[in-house]
Amino acid sequence: MAPLLQSSQQWVEKYRPKKVKDVAHQDEVVKVLTNTLETSNCPHMLFYGPPGTGKTTTALAIAHQLFGPELYKSRVLELNASDDRGINVVRTKIKNFAAVAVGSAQRQGGYPCPPYKIIILDEADSMTEDAQNALRRTMETYSKVTRFFFICNYISRIIEPLASRCAKFRFKPLPEDVMITRILHICGEEGLNLDSQALSTLSSISQGDLRRAITYLQGAARLYGSSITSKDLISVSGVIPEEVVQDLLAACKSGNFDLADKEVNNVISEGYPVSQMISQLFDIIVEADDLSDEQKARVFKKLGETDKCLVDGADEYLQLLDVAGNTMRAFCNMAQDFSY
Amino acid sequence: MLWVDKYRPKNLDKVLVHEEIAENLKKLVTEQDCPHLLFYGPPGSGKKTLIMALLREMFGPSAEKVRVENKGWKVDAGTRTIEIELTTLSSTHHVELNPSDAGFQDRYIVQEIIKEMARNRPIDTKGKRGFKVLVLNEVDKLSKEAQHSLRRTMEKYSSSCRLILCCNSSSKVTEAVRSRCLNVRVNAPNNDEIVKVLEFIGKKENLQLPPGFSARVAVKSNRSLRRAILLFEACRVQQYPFTNTQAIPPMDWEEYVTEIASDIMKEQSPKRLFQVRGKFYELLVNCIPPEIVLKRLLSELLKKLDAELKHEVCHWAAYYEHRMRLGQKAIFHLEAFVAKFMSIYKGFLIATFG
Repeated sequence: MAPLLQSSQQWVEKYRPKKVKDVAHQDEVVKVLTNTLETSNCPHMLFYGPPGTGKTTTALAIAHQLFGPELYKSRVLELNASDDRGINVVRTKIKNFAAVAVGSAQRQGGYPCPPYKIIILDEADSMTEDAQNALRRTMETYSKVTRFFFICNYISRIIEPLASRCAKFRFKPLPEDVMITRILHICGEEGLNLDSQALSTLSSISQGDLRRAITYLQGAARLYGSSITSKDLISVSGVIPEEVVQDLLAACKSGNFDLADKEVNNVISEGYPVSQMISQLFDIIVEADDLSDEQKARVFKKLGETDKCLVDGADEYLQLLDVAGNTMRAFCNMAQDFSY
Repeated sequence: MLWVDKYRPKNLDKVLVHEEIAENLKKLVTEQDCPHLLFYGPPGSGKKTLIMALLREMFGPSAEKVRVENKGWKVDAGTRTIEIELTTLSSTHHVELNPSDAGFQDRYIVQEIIKEMARNRPIDTKGKRGFKVLVLNEVDKLSKEAQHSLRRTMEKYSSSCRLILCCNSSSKVTEAVRSRCLNVRVNAPNNDEIVKVLEFIGKKENLQLPPGFSARVAVKSNRSLRRAILLFEACRVQQYPFTNTQAIPPMDWEEYVTEIASDIMKEQSPKRLFQVRGKFYELLVNCIPPEIVLKRLLSELLKKLDAELKHEVCHWAAYYEHRMRLGQKAIFHLEAFVAKFMSIYKGFLIATFG
């Protein structure tokens, strides 16, 4: 018998703010957009910032608040990276949608319903440059009846002509207290118990990304039930426990290559992802007091190269071993260049 | 039947290692709230076993009645149609496949098969619509585009289809996919756990185990349970009753690599390099993956080297392995590593002994 499907909604979706004013910590944007709601006047917008800070949420919320559920389908076009967004789509689908005229302003069912349509381009930084160029003229020609919302992580990947046509808003990473308030709110709704240690762990492993924090919380709640400790959160998030990283560092400091080799083998057989290991090594070494700047620089240079190699698909064991060897030479002040 | 298959635990209760993970998975099934899952861990650690046991726990014994099919798809990709053929393993409740076998066309496979599964959803006894499970192996080998298209598909069809992803290293799976799944790390069993399993099998097979024998097998297996059980069975075939001094046979390709290692330690010359090339070809022709050859060769060399040389040799091994991944023909890079090693070692010998 196939198990029944309950409405297992993702918490990220369930607790997504429905109104612009509920969006946490992005005061400027909220202020501008509340103004928009009153005057129904809206420029093209460009939202940028790290993941999980509420960009998509804000865009969807304003669209819903402007048009209401009835008109939403006909007035808003939402495209993200998984939809095909080559130059053909820009030339046909977006252009056709943008060209359609809409009726004059009439308030319907308590929504402002301004006389324009909205096109939301999520993850716009993954659009090709050609596609972005094709948008330039479209934006201007139909600016009377269409507003564009661009959402991206890196503003440098949006071509300058597009960026200059938009009002830009930067979304800041959430500080710990804002994050904790939100998490506590969700815990209250779902009946979860988190102690203060688990809360601070959650906000430190998610690094200002609220979506990630909620996903971890839901994962932990599914696996471990209603009371969650910081250890459970770490195991769900895939962060490597502090001791493992420290063991590897200690082996590097000892200057014994075979010991380091053993630790590296251990990390690999425990199944920890090496890319994660590298970022955690970086976090620890950058704050270490007992190392000189030159030593740190030597280690980091290698970490950067290794990261590139890993992205290319190189073997994890060999790369980590190389990192360990290099770190050891830096710690023990051995020569940087090889002698033979 | 090989012991590896014979003693593969059929359901989550009978799992001998990873009991904690099994316990958690069982909880997920009983709560009937199963998210997408991503299993990652080194080879031979039991990912597949856990997945099969989980499927059985979800759907009962009918999940075990699998058939192998060679399916073809016709995908309409804009201007042309692409025909793809792939081997799938399916039961009424799940489909298992290796999307990376389709090479650069893997994204079409992923989208097409998930859509197809969403179309014909199974209906359970109470007349409600259930869901199907799609098991994807080796997701770390999927192209970036395929992983990108996965992320949206995962959300869109989440009511009709659950994904179970399985891979060796989660660093090669994009953050977007990872954050949409419940990540399950399956670590390699440690030696004590392997000993426990081997002794369990020994008891079932009515074998007399001399003390310390299974521990020796465990050490040889490099923390891979599959490897340990295969070795154990090989020993049984070779000589029974077991003796305390019985040699545990290494894999023949490993012996071959050891030979290569001692060859290049003995003499460093173009002539020797030429001989070694022949041996490398022999290994590659027998389908031993080049990165495994390189890793094995490195570990053999490390055993024999002085501490000061180890750093350098490791660095070059990592360097050439990376090159191998970017390049086309593995043999060039294997040979380049050997040549580099010879030059380093010769230089070292001259500097030390004059």
